[in-house]
Amino acid sequence: MTSISSGTLLADDLDMLESESIHIVREVAGEFDRPVILFSGGKDSTVLLHLAVKAFWPAPVPFPLLHVDTGHNFEEVIAFRDRIAERYGLRLEVARVQEWIDDGRLAERPDGLRNPLQTLPLLDAINSLRYDAAFGGARRDEERARAKERIFSLRNGFGQWEPRRQRPELWNLYNGRHRAGEHVRVFPLSNWTERDIWRYVEREGIELPSIYFAHRRAVFRRSGMWLTAGPWGGARPGEDVHELTVRYRTVGDGSCTGAVESEASSVAEVIAEVAASRLTERGASRADDLVSEAAMEDRKRTGYF
Amino acid sequence: MGHEDPRQDLLRLATAGSVDDGKSTLVGRLLHDTKSVLADQLDAVRRASAERGLAAPDLSLLVDGLRSEREQGITIDVAYRYFATPRRSFVLADTPGHVQYTRNTVTGASTAQLAVVLVDARRGVVEQTRRHAAVLALLGVPRLVLAVNKIDLVGYDEPVFAAIAKEFLAYAGELGYADGHVLAIPVSALVGDNVVEPSDRTPWYTGPTLLDHLETVPVEPDPQDKPLRFPVQYVIRPRTQAHPDYRGYAGQIAVGMAAVGDEVLVLPAGLRSTVRGIDTMDGPLAQAHAGRSVTLLLADELDICRGDVIVAAGAPPTVTDELDATVCWLSDEPLRPGASVLLKHGTRTVSAMVAALHSRFDEQNLSTVEAPESLQLNHIGRVTLRTSQPLPVDDYSTSRRTGSFLLIEPSDGGTLAAGLIGMPLTVSAPAPVSASASAPVSAPAEARKPVAGMAR
Repeated sequence: MTSISSGTLLADDLDMLESESIHIVREVAGEFDRPVILFSGGKDSTVLLHLAVKAFWPAPVPFPLLHVDTGHNFEEVIAFRDRIAERYGLRLEVARVQEWIDDGRLAERPDGLRNPLQTLPLLDAINSLRYDAAFGGARRDEERARAKERIFSLRNGFGQWEPRRQRPELWNLYNGRHRAGEHVRVFPLSNWTERDIWRYVEREGIELPSIYFAHRRAVFRRSGMWLTAGPWGGARPGEDVHELTVRYRTVGDGSCTGAVESEASSVAEVIAEVAASRLTERGASRADDLVSEAAMEDRKRTGYF
Repeated sequence: MGHEDPRQDLLRLATAGSVDDGKSTLVGRLLHDTKSVLADQLDAVRRASAERGLAAPDLSLLVDGLRSEREQGITIDVAYRYFATPRRSFVLADTPGHVQYTRNTVTGASTAQLAVVLVDARRGVVEQTRRHAAVLALLGVPRLVLAVNKIDLVGYDEPVFAAIAKEFLAYAGELGYADGHVLAIPVSALVGDNVVEPSDRTPWYTGPTLLDHLETVPVEPDPQDKPLRFPVQYVIRPRTQAHPDYRGYAGQIAVGMAAVGDEVLVLPAGLRSTVRGIDTMDGPLAQAHAGRSVTLLLADELDICRGDVIVAAGAPPTVTDELDATVCWLSDEPLRPGASVLLKHGTRTVSAMVAALHSRFDEQNLSTVEAPESLQLNHIGRVTLRTSQPLPVDDYSTSRRTGSFLLIEPSDGGTLAAGLIGMPLTVSAPAPVSASASAPVSAPAEARKPVAGMAR
């Protein structure tokens, strides 16, 4: 082994993860008729898109992008999303929660959270655009219910996840067969951790939305999280607004995604901060996961990512 | 890879063990003591434990993720956990111990480089331990660790541990494991003895802790010295102005290595060519090894599509439409001879028929049953399959990647079976031992009560 020149062996864990993910992306291209990449502009879906670009180079990525826009997304992220789609010449479909609320198909929740409202517009887009495979950037390290997820996750005709009916996944043989009306969610980043994502972003020089890095922002405290004002609302009486240096660890719906106090302004500084953090990224920045002990599982069962 | 090397490597491991042997607690302990559990997760476990009226945090709640698992206090489905130390990253397939979920043990074991088999120190090696070890051996998991758990409940008694370790090592030897590939460690997942921190309550144990061992055990790389096997996944044809004539064959090298200038055959057609280039977006390579996803360019214009396999011209695999194989049956619907199925091998899916069912591995008394009528869920048996098109296949014993396949139900796409090509069903057991002979002789009195798992 020692006589083999470096650069060709799978030298480290990131090389192994990259090759495994590219293999998964290509399997989907080979086995499905109409795959789509769920792309939010967040770090995970951006890494996923980068891997898809690598998988088919020098040909273009043979999938469109689909974003479920809650209407409460960060401006910087929406601008980034559009720029990246244009850079790779990919069609971007957007399913808009706001339209569903405006025409009465969905009602605003009393708590104002819009993340749970994404499920129906997502399933409607998958059905009406006839996608048979939808890539997601979800990782199994994010949450306990996600740790049970397959790489090829079969969804029934209602888009629902049934944990007891998931197929065993053996070797690297992925079974994408499904009946008409069913589809498969595919998670090529299943075996990556938050730290792997950031180390890969650094190694590959991947561009991310600016809100992942330290900036000054007016924020207020609610349920232990630093939230920012936006179209989703702002500080209520008794919630003081502070001007702080913060960054985001996840980019989700503005109504429930919290900022963390941070001075990390480069990828290297973010990696150091993640390594030292005593909180998970979802625990630190997602109010909707804290709704109940099984919030993520319940949302997955109804068709969430 | 030496430890002075700053690059990390990655170990894929699986757990196996009977119900209530404390597997979830061990995994929780491993995560907790490697500081892979962060404050908010631990807070959630403390809250949930308190709501259940427990005095101390129940670490198994860290890993039992589904509602019904937490309600029943058991693990239903295989789950994947990730942790890292400065030395190594780990992907852990945490598999359930219930007999009816043996298929999940098969799932976890299919990619594992090492498996941790748990036994309860009070019960010792039970039938389920043997079943799990047999399945792990069958699936070619290269290394085993026997974690003798709940050692605190037998008073940290060395003879108890020694007797269990001796019995298991002997059984593993019969399954084909060399001595250096199996290690027994006395642990208490609940208290934390010898999981991450060495225990001063087991001064008689001088070996590594579980984590020490996981960090330092050699990881066999995908074999580099075997002849090339490259299943074509996807043909890359950009047809763009910059690349009007580009035609590349994308895939992950399953076995061996490819180098520019190598002579290759394309199977099953048998076309001959030469590797003209190995492409990646990061630049061309002179050679690439097993595990790497690349794009091969060949010297000749050939008609090659997804499902074909590019192999070393000097050492091609057998091309056959009749496979002798061992299958692990994973479906509620039984296998019957004559059934029509789909068979996925590498990147090719073909129609197939179960031509014959020869024998079944009897899990109850660990013997072989000849000419059974069917295989039921979790059964392991020997079959002959006939395929609609010839497939280039290797024996599973020489290549996990090109010697494995799935059987799929044509009507609903469900996965029916995991298949291992050419494997004689060698899983056999020593003559059954009586409960008294395998019980730890010097265990405290309360540890000697007979257990259900031993009844025959």
